[in-house]
Amino acid sequence: MALVKNNAMIDDPFVDVTGQETIPADGPVIVDLHQWQSHREQLTQRTDPVGVRLRSDQPPELIAGDLESLALVALEFPVFRDGRAYSYARLLRGQYRFDGEIRAVGDVLLEQLHFMERTGFDAFELQSDDPLGDLQVASADFDVWYQPAADGRLSAMQLRHQSD
Amino acid sequence: MYRYDEFDHKLVAERARQFRRQVKRRLSGELTEDQFKPLRLMNGLYMQLHAYMLRVNVPYGSLSSRQLRKFAHIARTYDRDFGHFTTRQNIQFNWIKLEEVPDILEELAEVEVTAIQSSGNCVRNITSDHYAGRARDELADPRVYCELLRQYTILNPEFSYLPRKFKIALTGSPRDRAAVALHDIGLRMHRNEAGEIGFEVLVGGGQGRTPFIAHTIREWLAPEHLLSYVESILRVYNMYGRRDNMHKARIKIIVNQMGIDRYRELVEADWEQIRDSVLKVPQAEVDRINAYFAPPEYECLADIPDELNDVRARIPEFDQWMAANVAEHRIPGYSIVNLSLKAPGMPPGDMTADTMDAVADLADRYSLDEIRVNHRQNLSFVDVRQRDLFTLWKELKLHDLATPNIQSVSDIICCPGLDYCNLANSRSIPVAQDLSRHFVDVDHLALVGDFTINISGCMNACGHHHVGNVGILGVNKRGKEFFQLTLGGSSDENAALGDRLGRALPQDEVPAAVETIVDTYLAMRLDGERFLDTYRRVGIEPFKQAVYSPVQTRAVA
Amino acid sequence: MQMIIANRLIDGRVVFLDDSGGWVNEIADGSLLVSQQDAAEQLNAAQRAVEENEVVDPYLIDVAADGGRRRPVLVRERIRAFGPSVGLVPQGLGGN
Repeated sequence: MALVKNNAMIDDPFVDVTGQETIPADGPVIVDLHQWQSHREQLTQRTDPVGVRLRSDQPPELIAGDLESLALVALEFPVFRDGRAYSYARLLRGQYRFDGEIRAVGDVLLEQLHFMERTGFDAFELQSDDPLGDLQVASADFDVWYQPAADGRLSAMQLRHQSD
Repeated sequence: MYRYDEFDHKLVAERARQFRRQVKRRLSGELTEDQFKPLRLMNGLYMQLHAYMLRVNVPYGSLSSRQLRKFAHIARTYDRDFGHFTTRQNIQFNWIKLEEVPDILEELAEVEVTAIQSSGNCVRNITSDHYAGRARDELADPRVYCELLRQYTILNPEFSYLPRKFKIALTGSPRDRAAVALHDIGLRMHRNEAGEIGFEVLVGGGQGRTPFIAHTIREWLAPEHLLSYVESILRVYNMYGRRDNMHKARIKIIVNQMGIDRYRELVEADWEQIRDSVLKVPQAEVDRINAYFAPPEYECLADIPDELNDVRARIPEFDQWMAANVAEHRIPGYSIVNLSLKAPGMPPGDMTADTMDAVADLADRYSLDEIRVNHRQNLSFVDVRQRDLFTLWKELKLHDLATPNIQSVSDIICCPGLDYCNLANSRSIPVAQDLSRHFVDVDHLALVGDFTINISGCMNACGHHHVGNVGILGVNKRGKEFFQLTLGGSSDENAALGDRLGRALPQDEVPAAVETIVDTYLAMRLDGERFLDTYRRVGIEPFKQAVYSPVQTRAVA
Repeated sequence: MQMIIANRLIDGRVVFLDDSGGWVNEIADGSLLVSQQDAAEQLNAAQRAVEENEVVDPYLIDVAADGGRRRPVLVRERIRAFGPSVGLVPQGLGGN
């Protein structure tokens, strides 16, 4: 799967082992919530980074206490219309102060990329022949935003009153 | 009126350009219909029975004459010479071509109008009291907060794929003309003993197939916290609202399933984290926006009751119009004038391009260039000098906009129904036409007084039938259209859902049934009682008896 | 008898599938389908037109011949074929 991060295509260092019986002994892995909860102790001992993949009905509250041990949280879009992960990403960046990778996985498409980026996602598994091109198209759409989000961009309101 | 600054202009232009690309990708097949549908809906574009329908926002009902002329131009250039004003301060165009929509959006942007989020599972057009800033009974002007919310909700990255649509309404008057209790979020402004304003926040109201009156989630919210509190309500809804069944996906369902107390706990817990964040509204922004809503330079005039009474005594028709269509203004010497789009036989809310131009001209001459659109599908001029009332009345008559029937039996709310709408299962407009032709005696309308009739062509309730004093719901039984009546609904500050009267009636029996209801009310009412008061006092039985009594009942299929 | 109705993607107009596999605006010019097999075949053709981004939401409607004029059986489809049953300008009341 093509992975875009920091405006570049990258080789995914992580192995997604969600749903598998056994977890490899080393190397960066992404596990599902069940695996994480069942093997939390072993997983936190690893030297290689660990990520957790959450389904759209699994709010980050479920791993809130574990975030310090995690390098990555992957949030799933089962279908692009399911917008729960936007709030999960905002909570991760805002309330939970998570500064690891937040990866968008599942039905990840060009026309939603901008919203994902704004809510705190920084890596994208895109369903596309030209993921980098898609990201560039999506980022070129806007340079005015009406509300603050997780990306640090200043809202129109903030810009209007910067000098106040 | 609010005017766009450089940021507003830029964003709207960028949005139109983005949609041009999305249309191009759809036409080339890069986007499937399934992928494109939410994108087009969030730009106001539906597929209806005959073609694409474009729904355009009139934020909180405020429209300039220049904008109305642009609507006339859109109707002529891209559609069939008319538009339809809805119950949510929108206008709809019925025969739009997908390939022309990007051009239309650019044309609308020139006059600071958009179709952004007029549909889709996102926060819709912010609506409000059409008398905002002008009503004599107003506590505070809600428009500055409407505009703050408009900006906050437009292209909000977190809340553009909610479980279902989301509607917010505000009122600054104790008399609720914006139906706030029937909204996903309703905001009622109050003043405390110190004279400060605050919001009572309501949540979980709505109509549709499962109607609910909203619950109060917070009695008092300081205005600086408006955006953060709305964000928390939306966040909890986005995370916990049901996504397994679109008929159970509105916030009203989750609020009523988990209970308002639990919903409040979740909201307040989230809000504690963000209430003092950058979402706190700076006073400088309130001041900036408020400057646009500063009162116009009114002339120093006095009320002229004697002069008006003199004309009213001489011309009964003018008197009837004054009594029904003209409301009090907060400034002496001025009045608010309602333009009825409900002349006998007219499809409620429809207006031709020529009439739009005429209304724009009248607004320039008689009402400081501004027009208001209200949720009962009529228009208002909110700054008319009393000394111009008689001349304006004569002008409005020429355009069939002076039917003296505001808030009366023939001032009917009606959805487009099966004549246009993909969801409808019965034709609502012909019922409205029948009724408005049936109740043409203006003296009788005046005698009956406040009496709202709301008609929906299906259970989605776009015609607000649940909250009509008489509600009429079209139902389809084995391919035939029937109409189910409800009584006692109301969308005001004492909002109530109507009660079912009895079995559904065929279309040709509806006018007689409504007449029977009216007559029953007239026979039973005490001094000064509105229909709703009488109904609440006597209950549904006398009406049921009268409508379905064996003597009057004809065989029903 | 049946016909296939749809909306054309580019302008949204109501269209009917005709004998040559094209899409026409008038119900009179569309293809009348008598057998179940014809209907199934034409529906397949319509589905291909969806994939080719020509039309959206095609489906079969029942049609009766009414004095030589084709008339959809359901009110909804008659409204789609012939336009709204109500005009903006009320009849007999003038208007502009």
